[in-house]
Amino acid sequence: MDSHRQPIVRVRGLVNRFGNETVHDGLNLDVFAGEVLGVVGGSGSGKSVLLNTIVGLNRPNQGEVEVFGTDILGASESELRTVERRWGVLFQDGALFSSLTVAQNIEVPLKEFYDMPPRLMDEIAALKIGLAGLPEDAGPKFPAQLSGGMRKRAGLGRALALDPEILFLDEPTAGLDPIAAGEFDNLVRDLKSSLGLTVFMVTHDLDSLFAICDRVAVLVDKKIRIGTLEELLRDDHPWIRAYFHGPRGRSAQQADASHPAEAASAIAGTTPG
Amino acid sequence: MASAAATLVTTQDADVLVVSAAGEWLNATAAELDRSLHALELPAQRPVTIDLVGLRRIDSVGAWLLLRTAQDLRARGNRVELRNLAPAFAPLFEQVRTAGHLQPVSHPRPAHHSLAGFVARIGETTLGLFSRTYNLLGFLGLVAATAGRLVYRPGRLRLTATVAQMEQAGVNALAIVGMLSFLIGIVIAYQGADQLRRFGAEIYTVDLLGVGILRELGVLMTAIIIAGRSGSAFTAQIGTMRVNQEIDALRTLGLDPVEVLVIPRLLGLLLTLPMLTVYADLMGLLGGALMAWGVLGIPIPEFISELQYSITATTFWIGVFKAPFFAAIIAMVGCYEGFQVSRSAESVGRQTTLSVVESIFLVIVTDAIFSIVLSMLRI
Repeated sequence: MDSHRQPIVRVRGLVNRFGNETVHDGLNLDVFAGEVLGVVGGSGSGKSVLLNTIVGLNRPNQGEVEVFGTDILGASESELRTVERRWGVLFQDGALFSSLTVAQNIEVPLKEFYDMPPRLMDEIAALKIGLAGLPEDAGPKFPAQLSGGMRKRAGLGRALALDPEILFLDEPTAGLDPIAAGEFDNLVRDLKSSLGLTVFMVTHDLDSLFAICDRVAVLVDKKIRIGTLEELLRDDHPWIRAYFHGPRGRSAQQADASHPAEAASAIAGTTPG
Repeated sequence: MASAAATLVTTQDADVLVVSAAGEWLNATAAELDRSLHALELPAQRPVTIDLVGLRRIDSVGAWLLLRTAQDLRARGNRVELRNLAPAFAPLFEQVRTAGHLQPVSHPRPAHHSLAGFVARIGETTLGLFSRTYNLLGFLGLVAATAGRLVYRPGRLRLTATVAQMEQAGVNALAIVGMLSFLIGIVIAYQGADQLRRFGAEIYTVDLLGVGILRELGVLMTAIIIAGRSGSAFTAQIGTMRVNQEIDALRTLGLDPVEVLVIPRLLGLLLTLPMLTVYADLMGLLGGALMAWGVLGIPIPEFISELQYSITATTFWIGVFKAPFFAAIIAMVGCYEGFQVSRSAESVGRQTTLSVVESIFLVIVTDAIFSIVLSMLRI
């Protein structure tokens, strides 16, 4: 926490174009240590493209991307590896290797980066499975044997394998029932406070935003408007107003105000259908 | 990158054993620390203090190693105390203590690695083979019934789709089929000439080429190429549609997937493969003729007259006659395996492989049956 205002992720002047379609046009973003940043925006506004650009999967047309002070676009192979060791990425459906068990999935990065005896790796795998909130018997199972929610947890376990400093989550609660989504939110919050994680979370889930995010970045007009929830609630951009003050935004706010901790599960219990 | 140094020191303080952990207990140092911790001689029935005063950085793995050691010590009847845990690290220790599982993950040996599992797998595969055959025959019946309905209502035949399939499987395959048949002709002419020259019977190379290509190789090569090219495409296309629930969508819209997807492919291939076979025959003979001219010095006109003398129309027709049978096998297997795709992406790949292997296998088996039956009929 010594580098308090030093951003972990720094994006400047990002331009992404696909054919004639401009997705980002001069986008700037800072993610600071220890915060949970929620990234929201309409469909096709380039939330996942932004995530992919930051982790180096997508080469932007223009702009700078720095993670831990390393220029991702110009970094050498070995510089990139050092950065990759310090971040964890959870893709939408977990992106587990289907031919490996959950435990083997978690051991893949351990094997790649460290020289560890097999028993220690199995112990670490069991630890991460527990940290991700999976039961003990999930380890030897294959991804196909797991439910969608468990696959996400297993993906989270793999993302946590190297004890990253920053976690990138791509719609972690999409496709989960409200109860499971609420549990996932709590899990992320617990891990954030105990492991000291920084979290970059692309989401559509208003409840997640209110429950766990410190700041929210809204992708509008090909750029980002960033602020705390209170600030954004006062923003008068039409899309942002429609987003936070629509019926769903209001009910998430109310739930958060009444039971901040169990916001998500409260909604799960009271909202019919 | 961090030149992380982690230390582990044990000292004796009165009758208390003090284990001091200091430095950086991280993933990067875990292997070494694990080794030193295992090398530690654990006492029994003694008070032990784990002192964390020198701990500078720690992650979940480091915390896990320390908590595991405490656990092991307790199991031996020692009284264990964690001392000087910095408040900043306390939540991490708490999280690891409550969430981490104590038992390392086991990797159960896959069942088929045992003898019983091996035998069971043979049984499973055999039964699977029977049920596949049964289901494939069922599918054949379904398609036949659908085709029968179409005879009465030819207006429902999807002509555009059929022609599109013919273009895909036929016109677009001309280059590869022609090229490979041409090369096969060259190879047979060259190898045949090499052997026959010893008996001074080079001229019979022409007979070898004529019979070999027209009766067997032309159609067989074409069928194998088309199985790899179009059969696999049928499986992949229909399989992907299954993954996307497009087949279900067709059904709910009142469309018959067999009528919409299978019949055009089957009909397209039934019409295309015989034509491709004739083309492959021509290209194969052309390759052979050029080789005979170049190596054996048999001029093209002489090649043609020898060919007319040595083969009959029957030889040619037998080859072409086999083509629709092979076409039916390839189309049926390709479509059937496509419908067998479950709703996962990897099963598309698995079924596609299966489809190619099965259709080539069945094509060659059918060819062998034709050979036996025709020789019994003395044709």
